[in-house]
Amino acid sequence: MLDAKIPAGPIAEKWDNHKFSIKLVNPNNKRRFTVLVVGTGLAGASAAASMAELGYNVEAFTFHDSPRRAHSIAAQGGINAAKNYRNDGDSIFRLFYDTVKGGDYRSREANVYRLSQVSANIIDQCAAQGVPFAREYGGLLANRSFGGAQVSRTFYARGQTGQQLLLGAYQALAGQVAAGKVTVHNNCDVLDIVVKDGEACGLVIRDLMTGETRAYSGHAVVLATGGYSNVYYLSTNAMNCNVTAAWRAHRRGAAFANPCYTQIHPTCIPASDDFQSKLTLMSESLRNDGRIWVPRDAKDTRSPELVDEADRYYYLEEKYPAFGNLVPRDVASRNAKTVVDKGMGVGPSRNGVYLDFSDVIAADGEQVVREKYGNLFDMYERITGENPYRVPMRIYPATHYTMGGLWVDYNLMTTIPGLYAIGECNFSDHGANRLGASALMQGLADGYFVLPYTIGDYLAEKLGDPVVPTDDPAFTESVTAVEDRTRRWLTVKGSLTVDHYHRELGKIIWEYCGMTRNRAGLEKALNEIPVLREEFRANVKVLGSADTANQSLEKVNRVDDFMELAELKVRDALHREESCGGHFREEHQTEEGEAQRDDGNFAYVAAWQWQNPDKPQKLLAEPLEFEYVKLTQRSYK
Amino acid sequence: MSRMLQLKLRIWRQGGPASRGSFLDVDAHDIPTDASFLEMLDIVNERLLEDGIEPVVFAHDCREGICGTCGLMINGRAHGPELGTATCQLHMRKFKDGDEIVIEPFRAAAFPVVRDLMVDRRAFDRIIEAGGYISAPTGTAPDANEILIPKDVADFSMDAAQCIGCGACVAACPNSAAQLFTAAKLGHLNVLPQGQPERWRRTEAMVETMEQYFGSCTNHGECHTACPKEISLDFIALLNRDYIKAKTKNRRLASQA
Repeated sequence: MLDAKIPAGPIAEKWDNHKFSIKLVNPNNKRRFTVLVVGTGLAGASAAASMAELGYNVEAFTFHDSPRRAHSIAAQGGINAAKNYRNDGDSIFRLFYDTVKGGDYRSREANVYRLSQVSANIIDQCAAQGVPFAREYGGLLANRSFGGAQVSRTFYARGQTGQQLLLGAYQALAGQVAAGKVTVHNNCDVLDIVVKDGEACGLVIRDLMTGETRAYSGHAVVLATGGYSNVYYLSTNAMNCNVTAAWRAHRRGAAFANPCYTQIHPTCIPASDDFQSKLTLMSESLRNDGRIWVPRDAKDTRSPELVDEADRYYYLEEKYPAFGNLVPRDVASRNAKTVVDKGMGVGPSRNGVYLDFSDVIAADGEQVVREKYGNLFDMYERITGENPYRVPMRIYPATHYTMGGLWVDYNLMTTIPGLYAIGECNFSDHGANRLGASALMQGLADGYFVLPYTIGDYLAEKLGDPVVPTDDPAFTESVTAVEDRTRRWLTVKGSLTVDHYHRELGKIIWEYCGMTRNRAGLEKALNEIPVLREEFRANVKVLGSADTANQSLEKVNRVDDFMELAELKVRDALHREESCGGHFREEHQTEEGEAQRDDGNFAYVAAWQWQNPDKPQKLLAEPLEFEYVKLTQRSYK
Repeated sequence: MSRMLQLKLRIWRQGGPASRGSFLDVDAHDIPTDASFLEMLDIVNERLLEDGIEPVVFAHDCREGICGTCGLMINGRAHGPELGTATCQLHMRKFKDGDEIVIEPFRAAAFPVVRDLMVDRRAFDRIIEAGGYISAPTGTAPDANEILIPKDVADFSMDAAQCIGCGACVAACPNSAAQLFTAAKLGHLNVLPQGQPERWRRTEAMVETMEQYFGSCTNHGECHTACPKEISLDFIALLNRDYIKAKTKNRRLASQA
């Protein structure tokens, strides 16, 4: 039913064969097409700039006041590439293999192989743009090992790699704006995707400064709108990250794949109180030198430096002697939850574990530690008021990245012809768990090196077709629906705020569909979410008008979509009777408590098809076939 | 442990770009010292909403000090009292019980107020579009290690490149000049080997676009003090030097054409 359009042939030749076999648009004809790109993060900005360079007319949309503020900017650690500059045995195949294994064998081989192939081009492209990557004294690029990888393939720019890569893509985009090939629409919230005769032909936005609703028409629409971690209310995502454009596309017919796959990042600063608005990530690189522990005795409330070595429970080092504190993200996170759930947590709310640097400070001196992690230690102190050179950091896992997203074929096209999804908002490359330094790689691979080729295959057929005019009924119907939906919130005049309902939703989804899940909990969530949603729709309090900047009104549409997504996420988690990567079902674990996959029954992508508001989505399965990677039980002992 | 503060806030409220603004006085009770400044505003906004008053509009997003979206004048200082810290990373433990805090938007002619504390900083995009990039169309790049860049040059470039584009430099400047922002981008690109072919064209175009929107620099240095990334004034010196060079070089090139 779902055709992934994976090209034939050996895996190393698929992408080259495909590039040769897909249709091309003649350079002079590209200017006859308009492509709408939603989102200006790494994927969106790189795609918009690259397509404009090819000659397409591009209209880019962002809800930020500048494209440079997209949340890709916050990525700290780095970007992987199979350059093998360290001479340590890296290769395209190894990066491919590691990514499929790290994803717990729930990603599509052909896509991941292509990702590994183009990874090297990304570094070349970014260096040419002037991204100030870290260098060795000889002037060559530096690398580090990251996220437990056994080769050094990660490129970085201090702890601000995402910022520098995004500024590179933003600047390329600015160059194309100057050349007249891209128009950027700032402060525009995309609230609907317009579909006519089964094909995507435009979108409807609300101008966040003036409140005006407007429609835009194009030959194709590209969504690069990021992930849905904010369904948990508290996550490491920026405050305004949302699922709305992707969800509206889903409601228009785009299948949504694997919504239950969420990555919980192990090293974040624990929540301190109810007023907490977001969680801050501390780079995973800290685990290279910090030791994670809690007191062996849950009743031991001594200050950490007074706890004797024998009374400290270094649970990762004890359980996983080979990898120790460097086990993959999902394993580290689950183990932190286990000790906190046993009442062994530390800190005023007993909701964290120690990440202790005293050994490395004693061995190497404070100065060495300061050089490596100074900016992170400063950030920690600014937020918590505690000095991590003196007392151990307190950390706890937080939602960070979503591997699920809109289903796409090998061309990155969704199940709606003419609608593409790139970067975090699609599902394709990370399976059930993403490896560190791979998100930046995927966003830029899709935007610079995949979509600009594959979109031509669709557009070539449309040569000479005008865009659908925005006074077509398909557009006017959508504009009316968007305006009605927005104005309706102002008439509810309820008693509780949008944030209140968002927090309540977050509590349910974190409790029952967070780091671990079980049938009883998921069934409970499936009862509670619709009740909360109905109450929210009947009792939310939004003040002001739809004709000005109105931040409550912005949020209410987003939370409304999160309410629907949450239900699908839970249903997906309930149906997947196995554990894999970030999806850990307590019923399915090995004797040692590790994730137990069921490859016989669940080696497929679960893509959910919208039916109507009263009828749950229908499951469309895309079987996953593994020809080049052998399926094994992941082990980090 | 979190303590509670009792604060008096004076918050700027303005209905729209063309409206007259005024201060709203708010008694902010029981603000936890562990809250960030923006979380304090969240708490105030939730209480306003409960009282049937529209919440105060303020721009914010990542709350990690990197996206550059937030930015407030706090007691007359851009991003508040703590050096090298964006508004979102400022925490209430830096304030004392009973403090009066005046909260205003970044004020500059080039940054018109959208509503309340939110301003429109699109003029920054115009400066970047004028030349704040290296033209390297996708696919044309040589192998990354064919471009050798001495470590100190890469580090110096990165010192400038880490600008978050928040606009505090403009808000802090008595002339509303954007020299530090523009200089940070020129410093990032003009010292790199990849940035040389367009160096003089870039410098002239960016500086002159900047001057269409912003005031002139008279070397007060307030921008550096306000900058959450503590970007050095040396980059402004570099901008001035490159601009003079660009004017002579570009004129010579033009006369040869």
